[in-house]
Amino acid sequence: MGDRSRLCSVWLGSETGILKGVSLSRKQAFNFCNTSQLSREQEVRALCWGDPAESELLVGSVDGTVKTFSTEKGTFTESRRCGDPGDGCFSGLAALSGSLVTCTECGTLRVWREDRSEPVTELNAGKSVCRMRQSPVHRNKVATGGKENGLKIWDLERPETPVFTAKNLRDDWLDLRRPHWVRDMAFIPDSDKVVTCTSYHQVHVFDPSSPRRRPVLEAEFGEYPLTALSLPAAGSTVTVGNTQGQLGLLDLRGRGLVCGCLKGLAGGVRALQCHPSRPLVASCGLDRFLRVHSLDDRSLQHKVYLKSRLNCLLLASRELQEGGGAEKEGGAQEVKEEDEDEVWDAMEQVQEDKPKRKTTEEQQTQKRKKGGD
Amino acid sequence: MDITEVPMDQHSTGKKKKNKKSKKKSVSQGGNGESSGVEKEEEGETTMMKGSEAEASFPPAFSVSEIKNKQRRHFMFMKFKQEKRKQKLQLKKKRKKEREALGDKAPPKEVPKTIENQRVYDETTVDPEDEEVAFDEATDEFSAYFNGLTNPKVLITTSDRPRGRTMRFCAQLATVIPNAHVYYRKGLALKRIIPQCVARNFTYLLVINEDRQSPNGIVLCHLPDGPTAHFKVSSVRLRKEIRRRGKDPTEHSPEVILNNFSTRLGHSIGRLFAALFPQDPQFVGRQVATFHNQRDFIFFRFHRYIFKNEKKVGIQELGPRFTLKLRSLQKGTFDSKFGEYEWVLKRHEMDACRRKFQL
Repeated sequence: MGDRSRLCSVWLGSETGILKGVSLSRKQAFNFCNTSQLSREQEVRALCWGDPAESELLVGSVDGTVKTFSTEKGTFTESRRCGDPGDGCFSGLAALSGSLVTCTECGTLRVWREDRSEPVTELNAGKSVCRMRQSPVHRNKVATGGKENGLKIWDLERPETPVFTAKNLRDDWLDLRRPHWVRDMAFIPDSDKVVTCTSYHQVHVFDPSSPRRRPVLEAEFGEYPLTALSLPAAGSTVTVGNTQGQLGLLDLRGRGLVCGCLKGLAGGVRALQCHPSRPLVASCGLDRFLRVHSLDDRSLQHKVYLKSRLNCLLLASRELQEGGGAEKEGGAQEVKEEDEDEVWDAMEQVQEDKPKRKTTEEQQTQKRKKGGD
Repeated sequence: MDITEVPMDQHSTGKKKKNKKSKKKSVSQGGNGESSGVEKEEEGETTMMKGSEAEASFPPAFSVSEIKNKQRRHFMFMKFKQEKRKQKLQLKKKRKKEREALGDKAPPKEVPKTIENQRVYDETTVDPEDEEVAFDEATDEFSAYFNGLTNPKVLITTSDRPRGRTMRFCAQLATVIPNAHVYYRKGLALKRIIPQCVARNFTYLLVINEDRQSPNGIVLCHLPDGPTAHFKVSSVRLRKEIRRRGKDPTEHSPEVILNNFSTRLGHSIGRLFAALFPQDPQFVGRQVATFHNQRDFIFFRFHRYIFKNEKKVGIQELGPRFTLKLRSLQKGTFDSKFGEYEWVLKRHEMDACRRKFQL
């Protein structure tokens, strides 16, 4: 079990409560669960890394439990009760140097310590919170947003008031209040800015350092609610997904125009993540597929059928193989077998005939390329 | 300039003769420049000859589509097709003779390729032994029906101000689906109707969309919080328009046949249809409703059957007949603006390959 979990480069949580790990290089998917104990109560709503070394995963379920999964051992190591199911499902999970930050849909944000069963800090982030995200740079800053509840950035060391509260857009040309529903947000790496996407097909960029509380940039994409958002490593663009399965790339530098669309999804996008170093974006949604697109040429690199509807997604920062160069398990051996490595690399360029599950995927990519030509 | 003499027997047809005559006439009218005239004629002929030769000998072949004259081109094409058909018949006869000659040792007949045969394998095809999919289906929105906890109760309505065929279609559907009630849509919003239906224990909401007095779409919404499917309806035949039909359907619950729903999406839609009808059919009524999926089109038929003996069955078609094509499946009750779609038909992506089907 442990070796299988070490291979996985993508982790997904599904509606049936199964944690799935996918190894794209070997084109295999694994279910990490007890088949006899499956239940809809365990539906995974939030996934996050337990530590920066990415050896532990925190899995938040609908019934309020947060389980820790160790990628080294391949099993769930512990489980804690972090709230009642009556509060609503988890809308965000974050790990903060020994403590756990959870946020539920009814707006309660709690910080839990390992030893105590009561939350250390508790704050109310509004009536409804659709998503909570942690800033990758300042680990104690989190952003929340929800229906009729604008973006708020909280500092967990001073939980009384938010550091930044966004103001709603100006009234429209009929002087009517603009409805507001934040679905997802992300912190832009090199600056203070935060990007959000809303159910009214808008993408906003906020700058907390400026005195302006309204969005600095407003962009629109499509006609359907945007449910997921991710920032690629390259910066200055953002990928968004909507409920019809349209994935768009928007340029944040200028006026927020659409640079391109990624095709293939047939159902609503539930989670998107861009790889931290490579130009790849992984998407999962209600059509039960995991798709990995390349951001350079917007082609589909991998498509994996995972039999349940998928709720959330996490990419490992390890090298995601694209079929060129196999990772050897014994690290020490790689130095000695350099020549063999070259031979292996050369061999791997040829299409693999692994019969496990994904043989049609190559046909699919080939077909798409042909279709594109 | 090579002048090759080729016998004129190949072109022994009326129209060609006309051409030659006209050419010769023009040449004779050309008059004085005899040599040039002769050359012209021969050139014309040689080009024709060369053309016909070229068909047989070297590429690029002279193709029928290069003839500029429409009548001549049509004629040549007809001839070409007749030739092809003759060759095909000859080949068939030869094969049949060979088969008869060989008798028992003849190779088995080749299966003709059809689009269904050539269907691209869909990786979402449900494996009956798959536990995860079985669990997913056992706990989805239809589990209450399939566990026998609820009985179907269907509300049939239309888009606003229905006319003509749509009304009759609704009435006939209500006779086919047991426990169905038709209500006039008074211009009410679906999002407001749904909570009222839930309060009155309806399990399905069926909205028939109308275009120019005939139905063209169906929105089928499973009620407590179930998926909403939107179909395009085509080829509707009401009872009057069905030939050799039986008497009107009775109140007995029909049996349900669901054919060829093999993928995961197909399973979801199949269950959606199955949950419209009560779980225990009344075999006394001998009525059966069939939802047959072929090439992503779902054909609905309603028959009454009678067993003449153990092997023979007679069927008479009752009820309305229509075909459906799934356009989208949305999770949750009807909410086209903010609902999440589980599957949306994207024609340019999904209909690109003729051998790939989704249901």
